[in-house]
Amino acid sequence: METDIKEIIKRYGDDKSFLVPILQDVQKRFNYLPREAIQSVSKLLEVPLSQIYHVATFYKAFSLLPRGKHQFQLCVGTACHVRNAALLGEHIERTLGIKPGETTADLEFTFETVNCLGACALGPILVLDEEYHGQMTISKANKILKKLGKKVESDDE
Amino acid sequence: MAEMVTLTIDGREVTASFGTTILEAAQDANIYIPNLCNNEELAPYGSCRLCMVEISHQGHNRLVASCIYEVVDGLQVKTNTERVMNVRKLVIELLLSRNSTHPTIRRIADELGVKATRFPIEEKGCILCGQCVRTCREVVGLSAIGFSGRGITRRIAAPFLDFPPDCIACGSCVYVCPVNFIPMREQNGVRTIIRFDFPMQQCKKCGKFFAPKKQLEYFSKITGLPLEHFETCVDCRKS
Amino acid sequence: MMNKIKSPDELLKLQEKIRASRDPNKPCITICAGTGCLAYGTQKLIDNFKAEIEKRNLTGTVGVRTSGCHGFCERGPLVVVNPKGIFYQRVKIDDASEIIEKTVLNGELIDRLLYTDAQTGAKVTYEHEVPFYKKQMRLVFGMNGQIDPKSLEDYLAIGGYSALAKVLRGMQPEAVIQEVIKANLRGRGGGGFPTGWKWDATRKANDNPKYVICNADEGDPGAYMDRSLLEGNPHAVLEGMIIGAYAIGSSVGYIYVRNEYPLAVTNITIAIEKARELGIIGKNILGTGFNFDIKINRGGGAFVCGESSALFASIEGRAGEPRAKYVHATDRGLYDKPTNLNNVETWANVPLIINKGADWYQSIGTKNSKGTKIFSLVGKINNTGLVEVPMGITLREIVFEIGGGIPKGRKFKAVQTGGPSGGCIPEKFLDMPVDFDELSKIGSMMGSGGMIVMDDRNCMVDVANYFLKFLEEESCGKCTPCREGILQMRKILDRITQGQGKEEDLDMLEWMGQAIIDGSLCALGGTAPSPVLSTIRYFREEYEAHIKDKRCPAGVCKALISYSIDAEACTGCGVCARICPTKAATGEKKQVHTIDQGKCIKCGACFESCKFDAIKVA
Repeated sequence: METDIKEIIKRYGDDKSFLVPILQDVQKRFNYLPREAIQSVSKLLEVPLSQIYHVATFYKAFSLLPRGKHQFQLCVGTACHVRNAALLGEHIERTLGIKPGETTADLEFTFETVNCLGACALGPILVLDEEYHGQMTISKANKILKKLGKKVESDDE
Repeated sequence: MAEMVTLTIDGREVTASFGTTILEAAQDANIYIPNLCNNEELAPYGSCRLCMVEISHQGHNRLVASCIYEVVDGLQVKTNTERVMNVRKLVIELLLSRNSTHPTIRRIADELGVKATRFPIEEKGCILCGQCVRTCREVVGLSAIGFSGRGITRRIAAPFLDFPPDCIACGSCVYVCPVNFIPMREQNGVRTIIRFDFPMQQCKKCGKFFAPKKQLEYFSKITGLPLEHFETCVDCRKS
Repeated sequence: MMNKIKSPDELLKLQEKIRASRDPNKPCITICAGTGCLAYGTQKLIDNFKAEIEKRNLTGTVGVRTSGCHGFCERGPLVVVNPKGIFYQRVKIDDASEIIEKTVLNGELIDRLLYTDAQTGAKVTYEHEVPFYKKQMRLVFGMNGQIDPKSLEDYLAIGGYSALAKVLRGMQPEAVIQEVIKANLRGRGGGGFPTGWKWDATRKANDNPKYVICNADEGDPGAYMDRSLLEGNPHAVLEGMIIGAYAIGSSVGYIYVRNEYPLAVTNITIAIEKARELGIIGKNILGTGFNFDIKINRGGGAFVCGESSALFASIEGRAGEPRAKYVHATDRGLYDKPTNLNNVETWANVPLIINKGADWYQSIGTKNSKGTKIFSLVGKINNTGLVEVPMGITLREIVFEIGGGIPKGRKFKAVQTGGPSGGCIPEKFLDMPVDFDELSKIGSMMGSGGMIVMDDRNCMVDVANYFLKFLEEESCGKCTPCREGILQMRKILDRITQGQGKEEDLDMLEWMGQAIIDGSLCALGGTAPSPVLSTIRYFREEYEAHIKDKRCPAGVCKALISYSIDAEACTGCGVCARICPTKAATGEKKQVHTIDQGKCIKCGACFESCKFDAIKVA
């Protein structure tokens, strides 16, 4: 792991002020921020561990827990909210059994909310593994979930 | 000699040197402004917002944190306007909802005429003034503890909420906390801060447990003196 | 490919050369490839066009250009067939070959892809005639449609970097600043601070190095103007920054982009690389000895980092905690050095001002708000998209003439501007001119440009609650009034929406609101109470209905509404029963269905899926 971290830090010229982008690249590499990785960054970049821990827990982009194979992001920006994104969010919560920010126990799905993706004409929007799905409804969401093998309570076929 | 500045606080003319904060100038003139996150040894932080005052300068009125705002010539400061008192009352009611019992909080509440908080109480103890974290960073120089999270999930934390690897158990954070939130005790040669144990060094001469071993290792590192030098307590070293 | 440009005159010659090498009559298919249209699946459409052209051996005769956002997001995917400017909307992925066959090769229009005027029913052929665009003044944003953001030549072909050449050819830095001051360009990020004065203060600050930063954090939910500018015309932003850096005396710049904007990051990175290759940025710019280069920093997902001092903290590798701004950033900002921070749109306006002059810029807008503003018109509106209008246009013109009014024949209720820092504006102010000061007067603000339209089915109490929840999550947590105060305000709003509001709640919210405004450390807390206070001010009766009558007139707050089936309208199709997660909706096939209130969790799935309008909410 330390070799990977060294390589990432080198990409940014060992510059302390690129801590946030460095952690983003580390997360991309390991799917989350393992404790060991954070300790490594602290040692190699010579930044106090407590500062990195604060940064890792402050910014929404970072996860200290392993994330799921599939990542759902529901836009809860104002435009999507006035188009009933909240009800959609509750439905996903119920179906996956997790709250926003959490991952299912089998590490299949992570569900997150995002404060505006900037594609408001398509609201409400659900992003699945970086693919945008617009004009979301509960029935459309069910179709997507079923495709991924998730059982949904209702069947609207 | 530093340039002197003349300002008025609550109608009273006060002089202070350039670079002084309003709070410092007020304290020097025996004018009381409540504050919780301010500490002489630490850089001004401005997080508790109890020390807000209303200033008027070149025709503009606004509220500023007196612990941070530096005095300028001709500044007019009012420490008790309605707007200021409303901020203070809100702040103390909000702090009471986190810590409804500590004498430090209760005393300020009494001064402000706040008998009880209207907000639902959820005892958290810590009022997030940040003095512990700032002390460890600025005075001790180790940043063993820091903040974690943001917004209402903000808390002081040892990294990963586990044993802080950089901590030398000096106890400065415990000492500086205005609401005695961080627990520390010593028993059987072990100092325990929160739930983390730090073995104490026993004096090679008198047998007294006098300092955490980690602290002495740190002194050895920064002074360059051998560790053996620190294995006797200060009193025994003198004799 | 191209050698480094060694002088401003050489740049102008290069522009000429590129223009001369292009045939203005050559057919070119421009496809919008902004994030919005890409979300419609436009990449496949682009691939189809390219494949068709190759198949028909038209490579070289017919051009394909992918551009940034055209603004009419509601009608994407968008294709414009040049040189005539034929505007096709809601293009399907399989329409590529028909468009080439009929329109490009045979000059025929495809009716079903043309925009239909909602009033007259007539078909509109050309982009500039579409009602959505007619009342706009697309000085900054309009360039998007003419260029491929990944192509520096495209930008040069439309005169890009002329302003930079003009500045470096013979303007003194102070003269550049004077021009920007004269134009009265005010910050487009929300603060509305006079840009020229900011530049001036930074230039005069007594320290080095000086930093120039572009704030592309665009955190206001529902606002995506900056993203579309950065994606669609990154060079305009760069040009503005290089001019600004020259005027201020800075050699190091940063662009701080939100983490959630990957395409913007890609396009600005490419733009900087290409500009550097050509000598437009970097060392010895255009051979004049002026050095300036830019680093790109990505945010980590924190709305508060749109606040300047929190943004600096983030660039410095720390958590985004603001600090008190009694000392201005222009004196001590990033790394405690003089820093000039401007928003994306502000930077993009600079080349325009230099090219056409401050006098020209002054002729647009109102007395104290000059130029144009790009707004994202979203929510309950027919023509969702990005619109650029002159300051001083009325809200009514924006919402009804450009926006096409409210969908499904519903009634306008309010428009929210300024994001979580702004306020909700009711119907009575629809004829208000939109400018910085007018919006502030009525308790809202310009903000970054988000304009969220709401109809009679939006509950203002719910909206206020939404904004508080948003800010509660985004607060950095450093100061007491914001961290604890917003939480407690939110809890009061929760009670009200759940039918547990108390008489004294409104007074309490107003008292708390003012104290939080006065006591917070930064503008996040300092403006957080605005949505609540503005909705109490203009929609008090709605709050009172919730508190006194335990009623939600708009039919939104779950605890105060119930779903039922209208026996007259129900056809017994069974869609509601199938989608209901708790089996509350039941019934026999082709028989009237019913909803068991005891089981209903008010998820709204039935309401959303009923095609006969048989589900009633009250």
